[in-house]
Amino acid sequence: MLIRIVDHIDLNEAYEYLQSPTAGAVNLFIGTVRNQSNDKQVVQLSFETYHSMALKQMEKLALEAQEKWKLDKVVILHVEGEKKVGEPVVLIGVSSAHRQASFEACRFLIDELKETVPIWKKEFFEDKSVWVNAHP
Amino acid sequence: MEILLFGITKDIVGNDTLHLGDNASIRTVSDLRKWLLAKYPAMGELRSLAIAVDNRFAEDSDPVHPAAELALIPPVSGG
Repeated sequence: MLIRIVDHIDLNEAYEYLQSPTAGAVNLFIGTVRNQSNDKQVVQLSFETYHSMALKQMEKLALEAQEKWKLDKVVILHVEGEKKVGEPVVLIGVSSAHRQASFEACRFLIDELKETVPIWKKEFFEDKSVWVNAHP
Repeated sequence: MEILLFGITKDIVGNDTLHLGDNASIRTVSDLRKWLLAKYPAMGELRSLAIAVDNRFAEDSDPVHPAAELALIPPVSGG
C-alpha cells in the first residue's frame, strides 16, 4: 500500500502505483476544495494533521479494506497545509481484478477516513475562519 | 505530562501543547477528560473530544502513563 501525507497530490504517481497485471479495475476518488460552505464563499482552506497518528490510522483502514475485499493495491494520499479552491486534497485509489471490489473499497476508505483519521480542515472566508465540524 | 493539541483545541488553549506538570490525580483517560473540561469549559461545547494515547484512540478507562504520547482529537474534518 502507498499511504502518504503530502504537499501536493500527484495523480500520475498514484495511477502508476495502482497498475498491476492482475488488476482489471482501477478506481480513483479525488476530493477537492469547494468554493462554498453553507452558502458562503470559501477563499482558502488549510489542513492540519496529527502526522504520525494519521498515517497509522490510514494504514489501519487500508488493512481493513484488504481484509474485506480482494484487492491488488491501495493508495491513500492526503494533503496538509494551505489549499486553494479546486485543488485536490485527498486521493483514494484501489485496484482489483473486478470493478465491484474496487468501487466498494474506495467508498469504504473515503467514508472511514472522514470519520476517523486525525486531520482537521479550516475554512477561510472573507471575514473569518472556522474549524470545520468542531461545533454541533 | 504534556498533551499535543490540534485544530480548535489549540485555539481554546492558546498553544499547541498543554503541560499538566506532575498531576498525580490524573491516572486514566477519564480523569484527564474531567480535568480538561473543568479547566477549559469551551472543550465541552465541541461536537466530540477524543483522546489519543500513543497514536491510538483511547477508552475512558485506559491508563495515562507519564511517558505516553497524549493528544486531544477534536472532531476530525479531513477529506
